[in-house]
Amino acid sequence: MARAATNTDAFNAVAEPRRRQIVDLIGDGELSVNDIVDAMPISQPQVSKHLKVLKEVGLVTSRTDGRRRLYRLEASALRPIYDWVSEFERLWNERLDRLDNYLDEVQRKEYR
Amino acid sequence: MKTSIDRTGSAIISLPTEHEIKIERKFNAPAELVFDVWTTAAHVRNWWGYPEHEMTDCSIDLRVGGTYRFAAQVPDFGEVAFHGVYKEIECPGLLVATEIYEAFPEKEAVNTLTLEEAEGVTTMTIVSSYPDRPTRDAVIESGMEHGLQVSLDRAEAILVSLQEAEDES
Repeated sequence: MARAATNTDAFNAVAEPRRRQIVDLIGDGELSVNDIVDAMPISQPQVSKHLKVLKEVGLVTSRTDGRRRLYRLEASALRPIYDWVSEFERLWNERLDRLDNYLDEVQRKEYR
Repeated sequence: MKTSIDRTGSAIISLPTEHEIKIERKFNAPAELVFDVWTTAAHVRNWWGYPEHEMTDCSIDLRVGGTYRFAAQVPDFGEVAFHGVYKEIECPGLLVATEIYEAFPEKEAVNTLTLEEAEGVTTMTIVSSYPDRPTRDAVIESGMEHGLQVSLDRAEAILVSLQEAEDES
């Protein structure tokens, strides 16, 4: 179940916390660079730089609307990341659920 | 007394940097007990692996510089084994250990386990730090392959039990 090589870039792109924040913001709808700058504690050139990285890996697309450029999230590009992390999450959940049940069992014995 | 909050499936996985994986989970138990159950072989045997996989090794030498090794026999797959060396031990709040998945013996991770207790609830955080991103990604992928095998085993078990129920009715 190997991932396609291109997805690795998307992984890398969202590993950066600011870029993840941008992905969250535009996940709610299209935004201009200024909208994003207003919602984040970083400068316009920094936001533009992050948007460029996100565009390069296909997580974000843009269109012009009059004089503005609007950015939107390509949710389909996030899907492989979501699937990958959620599968790993499932495995860890199973292990930690077993630990949880076992802790309950041990505590019931102790308090009896 | 334990609280009755059901925390099944509540572990959160995140990728804080490109070479790390972070796992967070709360337990309705004091930190000292969680630490004990995490670091005592007789306890680990009861939860570490899947019940249907025989645990073929579970050895723990809990001291700085001491080693551990966990191994399980996975049907149609072979032995899945991990080992490492304890680096820092501060019961019950901190445990730092290296981890080598024996399928990739040249790739060493460093796992930092922290336990914080508040009002009888312990928050566990595990940060696995890999030498680089490709290693981290490879580890997650190998876990997925292993996991897929297990879920197929389970699906089969469920199908068998359904068939038996039908036969009886």
